[in-house]
Amino acid sequence: MRARVLVRPKEGILDPQGQAVERALPALGFGGVSNVHVGRLIELDVEDPGKLPEMCEQLLSNPLIEDYEIQT
Amino acid sequence: MKFGVVRFPGSCDDVDALLACERVGEATMLWHADRDLHGVDAVVVPGGFSYGDYLRAGAIARFAPVMESVAEFARDGGLVLGICNGFQVLCEAGLLPGALLPNVSLKFVCRQVGLTVEEPDTAFTSACEPGEQLSIPVKHMTGRYFSEDPVHVVLRYASGENPNGSQDDIAAVRNEAGNVFGLMPHPEHAVDPLTGSASGLRIFESMRAQVAGHALV
Repeated sequence: MRARVLVRPKEGILDPQGQAVERALPALGFGGVSNVHVGRLIELDVEDPGKLPEMCEQLLSNPLIEDYEIQT
Repeated sequence: MKFGVVRFPGSCDDVDALLACERVGEATMLWHADRDLHGVDAVVVPGGFSYGDYLRAGAIARFAPVMESVAEFARDGGLVLGICNGFQVLCEAGLLPGALLPNVSLKFVCRQVGLTVEEPDTAFTSACEPGEQLSIPVKHMTGRYFSEDPVHVVLRYASGENPNGSQDDIAAVRNEAGNVFGLMPHPEHAVDPLTGSASGLRIFESMRAQVAGHALV
């Protein structure tokens, strides 16, 4: 099964990448953009999608600083 | 005493770490794929970009065969020093609390920083004079320390010298038991006045004193 894992900075943790993008967009004329966060997308074929949460906890994300979302 | 310095694919400060250790004792290189710690008295996980720092800094190195032995060594009370990428590896491995995030500036920083010794009585700082300020270089892009829980802070960046936005100016932490220690600055690059400072030696001298003290018991 094809699965997708979205990893994003935990809420409340300073995200300088998101801030940099947020500052860059108005410079290009794109106004009205706020709350930008930059994360990571991991796509994988997996035989047992039930194992995905464990994979996320142990390797794909660091639960201390990141949240993950599994899409199957 | 004998230090062991772990070499991962992508380590780049392993040789400097080995040379720094050799100033205070014997030292040998430990290979990432080898579970054998070759009877060393202390382990140094050096700086660099282990396994390319793919995914997150330190995330893959944590699963190297040698790290199983290092974790066991640490559980048995052995001294483990993590420098820069080594600090990131120890955090990812859960041997130290917290995590390292990208610098607030998003830039690679490379400069000499002043460090205040918060705990001068640990196995890694006992050779420091009370109130001594250390001068040690940093060089990293992912050094912003973060922990939701309270931690044992051993070194802090001197006032106004925080290079990465680290929480509470934290530069170095230790585990609860006090035998695992990680720091972003590079003490192995500050072991000779010729290169600007020798205060990094204090870390290695402290470890030697700790091991020697244990040997007497």
